[in-house]
Amino acid sequence: MFAVTGMVRRDVILAMRRRADVLTTLFFFVIVAALFPLGIGPEMATLRIMGPGVLWVAALLASMLSLGRMFAADYADGTLEQMLVLPQPLSLLVLGKVVAHWLGSGLPLVLLSPVLGLQYGLAPDVLKVLVISLLLGTPVLSLIGAIGAALTLGLRGGGVLVALLVLPLYVPVLIFGAGAVEAHSSGLGGEGHLSLLGAFLLMALALSPWAAATALRISLD
Amino acid sequence: MAIHWTKYSAPSAFYPMAGRSLPWLAAGTLLLTAVGVYMGLFSAPTDYKQGEAYRIMFIHVPAAWMSMWLYIVMAAYAGLGLVYNTRMAHMLAAATAPTGAIFAFLALWTGAFWGRPMWGAWWVWDARLTSELILFFLYLGVMALRAAIDDRQRADRASALLALVGVVNVPIIYFSVKWWNTLHQGATIDFSGSKMDRSMLWPMLILTVAFWLYSFVTIFLRARCEILERERHAEWVGELLDNRG
Amino acid sequence: MSQSLEAVSLECVRGDRRLFSDVGFALEPGELLHVTGRNGSGKTTLLRMVCGLVRPQTGMVCWGGKPVSTLGDEFFRQLTFVGHLNAIKDELTGRENLMVEAALRGNPVSESQAASALSRMGLKGHDRLPAKVLSQGQRRRTALARLLLADTPLWVLDEPFVALDVHAVETLQHAIAEHVAADGMVVLTTHQEVPIKAGRKRTLHMGGSGTGVAA
Repeated sequence: MFAVTGMVRRDVILAMRRRADVLTTLFFFVIVAALFPLGIGPEMATLRIMGPGVLWVAALLASMLSLGRMFAADYADGTLEQMLVLPQPLSLLVLGKVVAHWLGSGLPLVLLSPVLGLQYGLAPDVLKVLVISLLLGTPVLSLIGAIGAALTLGLRGGGVLVALLVLPLYVPVLIFGAGAVEAHSSGLGGEGHLSLLGAFLLMALALSPWAAATALRISLD
Repeated sequence: MAIHWTKYSAPSAFYPMAGRSLPWLAAGTLLLTAVGVYMGLFSAPTDYKQGEAYRIMFIHVPAAWMSMWLYIVMAAYAGLGLVYNTRMAHMLAAATAPTGAIFAFLALWTGAFWGRPMWGAWWVWDARLTSELILFFLYLGVMALRAAIDDRQRADRASALLALVGVVNVPIIYFSVKWWNTLHQGATIDFSGSKMDRSMLWPMLILTVAFWLYSFVTIFLRARCEILERERHAEWVGELLDNRG
Repeated sequence: MSQSLEAVSLECVRGDRRLFSDVGFALEPGELLHVTGRNGSGKTTLLRMVCGLVRPQTGMVCWGGKPVSTLGDEFFRQLTFVGHLNAIKDELTGRENLMVEAALRGNPVSESQAASALSRMGLKGHDRLPAKVLSQGQRRRTALARLLLADTPLWVLDEPFVALDVHAVETLQHAIAEHVAADGMVVLTTHQEVPIKAGRKRTLHMGGSGTGVAA
């Protein structure tokens, strides 16, 4: 287990010494969320309907943009190569990296989302469901994204390519994440959606570290 | 009858086998397409609800079926290639992707043509069309990843892994899109809504077989090119080229 | 488990090019293998193959008679690899770099152990600086300092002497000789002719024709 915790510790320390990266993701999220009302118009009624979907898409894009950072630096300086010859299961090390990545890119989005939700006129109870759905959904995005990031390691045009690879796979998370908020605000109750998101999270936790580890071994071959 | 399928996992055995079967497969494709199209256009009756426009589903439905089936085929080859490290499996996976993508595109295209008279719009966020669109993106992803990697071995294995990740996700994507669609009460005119006359079913089945044969033709052709390119330094390819003069 | 490293008829194909084929060697405890050859003859790839990072097209690498591809972690526990890249994080200090890696290995070292390893490599006074301010040679020395902390029988070193000054070269030579004398094994590549006073020394020449057998 210290493979996971050790990796999280290391990457969190690194992220703390490179705070700018975390802030970039956060600013991107804020800017995208702010652009939509400018494009659609300031009617609160429309924005209230679009809010959950827009915030979810913005969070999804922000988390996707930060995927490049997950392995790229370690790949460039050779520490990733060292990780592959450590006497630890690579999938656990990858899991540690994903958790750290989520702490630096997913969690800040979750924490900031209620503020942006207010801009869209979302009611407090709706905001609560939004936060819970992002809390369950953004780790899935990081987990799936890890596979894409590992596959595109060191390729030219990797950033655009990773979008093409992972965005289709993000569809279920988006549907149930935004759907939970919408179901709640329309009075249907978002619990069903949220428990499915939870199921996605468990499935992604079980499968994607292994797939990403395999992808890393392929990419460094 | 004992056919040793594993024999064809060697490119040197696959290449002539594919070459011999190509004319037959191509002839079958042409024949069945002609028969299916004729039956679909002339012998199938006009649908009382949908009029003549429904006839596009004789192309649309088989194309959609093939696009899904070929993704599974591609993932199966990818899995074989990853586990047993056979070159031929990777080559076949590579050869399958473009055909699958073409069928996905054809299904989307014909879906739009069908939607215009039926729904009054070129594009409706119908569950099937949406999943088909995502399937098309998944194909593009696999092909783009393969194209982006110069080293052939890495390209093979990376795109194989992606195809496997995709095949795990396809059912999840399909069901979530379906759920999303029913929740939003979108326009849903079901293909299976009207009871299908037997004379309508036949052309669809015949065209499905025709498309299936077409897949064989294109995949074999592409695989043969791939073999020649990859094995051009191999002895048997040299002999083959010498014999051709 | 008898500790021996053996490579049997390794072949590596990159794209259309056969980098090498039929490369083999055997290494017993207390032996050093010097891999020589021109640029592009596949020395680095061979070393990465020995570490299980690159899969050979044919042939295999065995540790104690078992293929390393099936041994996995059991093999990695015996291995310290210093690659072409230094594998140190710019944001961490020298000490932190060594400690973080040792902790991930499951073999934590104390700060004073890390500090003494760094000072043996001539980095006294620099070990609290973030690695990004260090010179190329100092970074290399930081990377090599992990050898002094390692207790693994097998060292695989890719051009360890590059960018080192005379003093550091001497320290490293000494460390390698000590390791081999204590029944360790070393596989290394180097361009410089570096006299290593190690017990038994083998040479593997990666020839242009693509074959090489350890003599």
